[in-house]
Amino acid sequence: MLLITCPYCGARPESEFRCGGEAHIARPPQPGNVDDTAWADYLFYRTNPKGVHAERWLHAHGCQRWFNMLRDTASDQVIGIYAMGKSRPDRPKT
Amino acid sequence: MHRFSLRTLLAEALIGHEGWERQWRSPEPKSAYDAVIVGGGGHGLATAYYLAKEHGLTEIAVLEKGWIGGGNTGRNTTIIRSNYLYEESAAIYEHAVRLWEGLSRELNYNVMFSQRGVMMLAHNVHDVQSLKRHVYANRLNGIDNEWLSAEQAKAFCPPLNISPHMRYPVIGASLQRRGGVARHDAVAWGYARGADAMGVDIIQNCEVLGFMRGPDGSVTGVETSKGPIRTPRVGVVAAGHTSVIMARAGLRMPLESFPLQALVSEPVKPVFPCVVMSNTIHAYISQSDRGELVIGAGTDQYVSYSQQGGMHIATHTLEAICELFPQFSRLRMLRNWGGIVDVTPDRSPIIGLTPIPGLYVNCGWGTGGFKATPGSGHVFAHTIAKGEPHPINAPFALDRFRTGRLIDEAAAAAVAH
Repeated sequence: MLLITCPYCGARPESEFRCGGEAHIARPPQPGNVDDTAWADYLFYRTNPKGVHAERWLHAHGCQRWFNMLRDTASDQVIGIYAMGKSRPDRPKT
Repeated sequence: MHRFSLRTLLAEALIGHEGWERQWRSPEPKSAYDAVIVGGGGHGLATAYYLAKEHGLTEIAVLEKGWIGGGNTGRNTTIIRSNYLYEESAAIYEHAVRLWEGLSRELNYNVMFSQRGVMMLAHNVHDVQSLKRHVYANRLNGIDNEWLSAEQAKAFCPPLNISPHMRYPVIGASLQRRGGVARHDAVAWGYARGADAMGVDIIQNCEVLGFMRGPDGSVTGVETSKGPIRTPRVGVVAAGHTSVIMARAGLRMPLESFPLQALVSEPVKPVFPCVVMSNTIHAYISQSDRGELVIGAGTDQYVSYSQQGGMHIATHTLEAICELFPQFSRLRMLRNWGGIVDVTPDRSPIIGLTPIPGLYVNCGWGTGGFKATPGSGHVFAHTIAKGEPHPINAPFALDRFRTGRLIDEAAAAAVAH
């Protein structure tokens, strides 16, 4: 079980949290204007890396707030936690 | 190939079993092949076997990063069944079950396929409706499945607790009598031995690092840890690592990889006659021929390649097992482990072409790939040899995520299958 540090509540066991999947997947602003390939990419295609993964977590049985987490999927080591809406701290700002 | 028979067994007994040869060679890779299979699990080895046997290709290499059958082939709970809801799924899993039924003879290798019956439990009204719907749908597709009352379920599986005082009482079950289990390692070894005898090179400890591409973008070979290999056809059958391999060809996939756990108890005398699954309280259990109870747990909720899951996931399943079979509550668990399963959004596999000519993929079997091994290899071999899918795997194209023609077994099964 992961030990996850909620930015609002502190370190808590993973069973209090729900993983919301890959972070930073933006819904196309005009879904009617994108083709099927772009829509499929948004809905279904994922990076699924063996290495650093940015993902969303919800402190479901706690403060009920969302946050982002960087985690190494090869070792399950949590690397960092940052607020929703912020860009990945391990990538240069674009 | 040294065929196994009573005659060869007796002949070997007379000379102290000194004459058995290695079951497959361990060759160095050649510089070029007609086809390269990436991944030496059951599905990859079966693909190579049927490519050689039914499509006449002999210059085939199976490249395996570790050792054959060391991934999910050696980590699953060996359950085999074909009682899937949708026609497309029923067709491919039933294709596999029919191949399972003749596989030991086909391979001259005892894969210990035992059709001891797979029983799925219903604990509430919704389960009853859902399982009965499966029974009827299966029958329409020519697949055996029947409905049992709780008493009939207990008669079929005497250890089952059908007390009405359970937290989630058993109120009925569906039973596929042709379902069962097989010996997982023997499946990999049998296909490896059969493929090797037809000239397929099985190359272990050989990781694919990249793909060579021609001017038109098509695949012309693979870069490996043992040097470059030229080939016009590459079939990727890498299970949990499919996204990693495909990223080396510049492709994203509709996959996420999760740890799936299983565990075995200490060995005991034969106590468990069949396979029992409960989707609602999430447990599945059978007994191996060594006497261990083989128990399957669920997936963790996050993407991981660590081949280990959280203890709370296994605990959850063991709680369900102890409720269904209270007499097992004092058994000790010997080992638990995880495998990395590649899960698609609709929980159905992807078998077919990719946007890159010459590159084929067989993945997304998620939590239920072992049962499909022979059928998956059979139709994937056809796909690679002909350059177009077999009618059975045509609906499982990668393109379905663009067209929206999903095969939504996720909705049909609701949990791991």
